Amino acid sequence: MISAPRLQVESGKVSLSGDWTLAAMLPEIDAIQTALASVPAHASWDLSGLGRLDSAAAVLLWRYWGRAWPASLVVSEIHRVVLARVAELPEIVQPHERLRHSPLLLSGRLALKALANLRGLIAVFGQFLLDALYLIRHPREWPLRECSANLYKAGAQALPVTALVGFLIGITISYLSALQLRNFGADLFIVNILGISIIRELGPVLVAVLVAGRSGSAMTAQIGVMRVTEEIDALSTMGVSRSLRVVFPKIFGLTVAMPLLVLWISAIALFGGMVAALLQLDLSLSYFIDNLPRAVPVANLWIGLGKGLVFGFVIALVSCHFGLRVKPNTESLSANTTSAVVTSITTVILVDAVFAVFTRQIGVPQL
Amino acid sequence: MNAEPVVELCGIHTTFGAAIVHRDLSLSVAPGQIVGLLGGSGSGKTTLLREMLGLQRPTAGRVRLFGVDLDDPDQRLQRAVRRRLGMLFQHGALFSALSVFDNIAFPLRELRCLDEDWIRRLVHLKLAMVELDPSHGALMPAELSGGMVKRVALARALALEPELLLLDEPTAGLDPDRSQNFVDLVASLQRSLGLTVVMVTHDLATLAGLASHVAVLADQHIVAFGPKEAVMTSDHPFVTGFFGADRRKLL
Repeated sequence: MISAPRLQVESGKVSLSGDWTLAAMLPEIDAIQTALASVPAHASWDLSGLGRLDSAAAVLLWRYWGRAWPASLVVSEIHRVVLARVAELPEIVQPHERLRHSPLLLSGRLALKALANLRGLIAVFGQFLLDALYLIRHPREWPLRECSANLYKAGAQALPVTALVGFLIGITISYLSALQLRNFGADLFIVNILGISIIRELGPVLVAVLVAGRSGSAMTAQIGVMRVTEEIDALSTMGVSRSLRVVFPKIFGLTVAMPLLVLWISAIALFGGMVAALLQLDLSLSYFIDNLPRAVPVANLWIGLGKGLVFGFVIALVSCHFGLRVKPNTESLSANTTSAVVTSITTVILVDAVFAVFTRQIGVPQL
Repeated sequence: MNAEPVVELCGIHTTFGAAIVHRDLSLSVAPGQIVGLLGGSGSGKTTLLREMLGLQRPTAGRVRLFGVDLDDPDQRLQRAVRRRLGMLFQHGALFSALSVFDNIAFPLRELRCLDEDWIRRLVHLKLAMVELDPSHGALMPAELSGGMVKRVALARALALEPELLLLDEPTAGLDPDRSQNFVDLVASLQRSLGLTVVMVTHDLATLAGLASHVAVLADQHIVAFGPKEAVMTSDHPFVTGFFGADRRKLL
């Protein structure tokens, strides 16, 4: 169907034939360009034998004509329209504006961004407190369904994966410590090491990292997509507060679910550690369980649960904040989801350090 | 020109679960025709369009574009066919991470043999065709109004000046003036390039102004297909219901 574009030069007269379209030119585009370049400047052009002419070919011809109509041109009316469209195009060369990358500008922009995020976080936090106050005064308006749905999604559905990770981490730590402890003949201290490290530190931080990746990203993406598809706007036109119905249940659900998940992962990790100790050190399960309360003061459990509560709150807060910042395009959605996960994990580690400093006197057994 | 049909659908069956959308549907579009595909809401027009593009496979039946079966395993052949068609999606489907300019330049850059100056001129040409300013090229899709999204999407569909243009509700969301311009634009492109167009539309003015042929999709197959005048004056109950009493005025 397509006939190849042809160009014939005879004594100052150039005649084109065949189809001059992008599809037809593609196979021999270089040959055509060299042929056009070798045409003398004042040649007369005969385009009457032309099959089809598309704008890509018209632009090509126009460029080789030096952006002006040639002195002598024979062309059919249909093709002249195509060429005229190219000719009418204003000669604008607008260089694409590039963002300048001076270090001062970059650091300033970064600082402003951090400040804006901090402001947004405070706003979400404040709105959460206001919503909580409002719900205490109007208990009938509790978004119970949403809260329980979030509790189920962030809590119950996270049980299998946290159990698997906890069990494996428990086995790994127990196995590695057992190898070291055996060298000193201090086998029995495995209970202390596992108990304190898992209940106080590893349990909460592991869950926080898993939940930030699992539920935090989901929250950001969900709120973000609701913004993209204008569902959030639809909610507010129905007089439903988006903070009360969308943000509050997420923060509430995760804050409640996290301590429970911490308890669950700590128990499973300890179990994994017990199994490894049994296999590696011949330490019986009943000995481990009997000695756990003696080795690990109960304060550690409260610290672990408290951490879980705060971590859950922080993750949900950060995720909701970034979700509300999503602009209606895919780039912004992916950027904000990434920021949400990275920021919430970083914040969790930061808060964990603060916890470590302020609870350094509590729950450490004195021998 | 008695060349082979551009689009050929043979015995198409489509089912979604238990729902039957198409039953033994056949349609053949010859080069140079502008076919308006009509049908009630939910009659499977967009599904049919997606099947022509190979985005969706019919449960049974054969789709051929330019004589190439879409089930053909040759990847190079498939890509060559895709280059010969342009699609205007109902909601634009612009790449939201790219600016308007880059959206239109995207298919041109994918060819990997045009230089930047050539691409820039072509993009500005397409922008001018759909009556947008070159300065609009710097905008992001999220910053555009609904009508502008449509026009940019059309510019992108036309970037390669394809032989087959598929339009899904091309003038929905445009004001009457702009839809008239759209009709004129596609008609002039059709004249100069011999485009074949298949469009799904509900807009009677667009249909009357642009289509040379009309296909009516009802009862899960094409109930009528032929030149616009013949179909629009036929007495099929769907046609009379769709156009109402004043259908003759539209011609």
